[in-house]
Amino acid sequence: MVDLGVRIGSLALRNPIMPGSGTFSEELARVVDLNRLGAYVTKSVTPGFRDGNPTPRVAETPSGMLNSIGLPSKGIDHFLAKTVPFYARYAAPLVVSVSADSPEDFAMMAERVSVPGVAAIEINISCPNIEEGGHAVAMEADATYDVVSRMRVRTDWPLWAKLTPNTGSATASARAAEAAGADAVVVANTILAMAIDLETLAPKLGTGTGGLSGPAVKPVILRMVWQCAQAVRIPIIGSGGIMNATDVVEYLAAGASAVQVGTATFLYPKAMVRIVDGLAAWCTERKIARVTDLIGRALPSAAPARRAREA
Amino acid sequence: MRADTLAAVEAPTPLPVPGDEYLGTVLVNAAVNARYKHLVVSAPEAARKIRPGQFFNLLCPPLPDEAVFLRRPMSVYQMHPNGGTVEFLYHVTGAGTRALALLAPGDTLDMLGPLGLGFSLDPAWRRIVVLARGVGLATLAPLAQLAQASGVAITAVLSARSKLDLMSQSVFADAGAEVLTVTDEEGTSAVPQVERLLLDLIRAGRADAFFTCGSNRLLKLLQTLGRAHGIGGQVAIEQQMACGLGMCFCCVRQIERNGTVANLRVCRDGPVFGLHEALSW
Repeated sequence: MVDLGVRIGSLALRNPIMPGSGTFSEELARVVDLNRLGAYVTKSVTPGFRDGNPTPRVAETPSGMLNSIGLPSKGIDHFLAKTVPFYARYAAPLVVSVSADSPEDFAMMAERVSVPGVAAIEINISCPNIEEGGHAVAMEADATYDVVSRMRVRTDWPLWAKLTPNTGSATASARAAEAAGADAVVVANTILAMAIDLETLAPKLGTGTGGLSGPAVKPVILRMVWQCAQAVRIPIIGSGGIMNATDVVEYLAAGASAVQVGTATFLYPKAMVRIVDGLAAWCTERKIARVTDLIGRALPSAAPARRAREA
Repeated sequence: MRADTLAAVEAPTPLPVPGDEYLGTVLVNAAVNARYKHLVVSAPEAARKIRPGQFFNLLCPPLPDEAVFLRRPMSVYQMHPNGGTVEFLYHVTGAGTRALALLAPGDTLDMLGPLGLGFSLDPAWRRIVVLARGVGLATLAPLAQLAQASGVAITAVLSARSKLDLMSQSVFADAGAEVLTVTDEEGTSAVPQVERLLLDLIRAGRADAFFTCGSNRLLKLLQTLGRAHGIGGQVAIEQQMACGLGMCFCCVRQIERNGTVANLRVCRDGPVFGLHEALSW
């Protein structure tokens, strides 16, 4: 029996598989036994109602998809009244993703969602679909520090900062989040991208640009996880293009302590449960007793031990 | 009657049966004319769950030179709850339908569904008018089955480019519908002509409700006539989708409900909406 349990700071997860924000909702409980997952991550909630972006909001790309949803949200009051209670009947911890238009509102949201039933707060400072030109807070280390530190003083709940791949330095914002008191970083949100319709020669997405996800992004985000794992001491949650259990093994070896699965669920609603089972089978086959034994195995710091095992 | 008043009585009732991922076996995937293909899949468990107006999100087989990453939503054309098969009718237009066209008898088809909120017949509707164009006929065909089972009289006004594209008129006729056809090639399908046809049906007392799908200009026509004559009904709406379950919020359309306009998910809040709820696009 493989021990799939992992820890993200003070939070113990029964396995390292959780959904990516925006790819999961109460509807999945109609198809999947949610008790099988390591954690639940909600779609980002905002202070007030948001209608989201104009359509088309989705476009297909080779081995991936573009989205420009734009964070539709019913607002924090509806979320606390309806969404948080829904998950009380399920076993895994609830991680609430929050988004806001200003550092002050991010801080206010930290306080609002620090309620029983919420296990951790994910800070969505990396959505490419809400600001002009795909800009996001996590593109700059200073802005990341500002938002995370303002939230830190307003809550004792674990804070996970979700970073962006759309930046020159993959590690600067991770370091800033750690310095500001984040308990973990989620690496990463979608890659700013676009596609053109050949009939109209116009952008396929209503907003022009959007976020790329799916297997196409996995090598890019895996590299970011590997770099961030060498830059910070807080746990990393890897998120990008995971379709199966061996993708998870790669992310863990690159230094992630857990992973988020998103686009795969759009194609196969039961993907996360299959990945949990697949990960256990992969470890069993290789006589790996604990999934935590895989974490960081591809990092340079693990090279001496790796050589010793191979000798 | 105001639109929101009509909307209040038209909101489709939620269906309790959840969809699931089924592996069906292709029995038939044949061209019915130059433009449309008819796909018959054996999937007994899925077939038992289908309600009229629901759809499946189909995983397309790979094309040699083109990516088909996302599933494709497709409404059910014929239900056989006890026969174990599900039928689809589709127009080969893009990568997804080109990929589906490659399926051969014996192939496996990964189908997620049935999904969405389908048609529901208000007990006050004893005589309904179905107006459909092109492949929208396929989406409305199961409504004929529902109406027949409920003892509701149907007049089906079917519009297409040519007589050859009207292949599903037998489906409506078999369900006891009176079928009226209009085509571009005969010059009988222009909006003013269809409007006259519909006014005749209203005057004859045969239009307690209107149903449509697939054509923005026909939806607008029905909404205008419906408002003028106090007639409600339902419309099945199409939109690009990703998950089909209501998680991703890709497939929204503007819907006017309870006096406000909101982006609702076609996959989960629809695909069938009240006739006067749907804002034309």
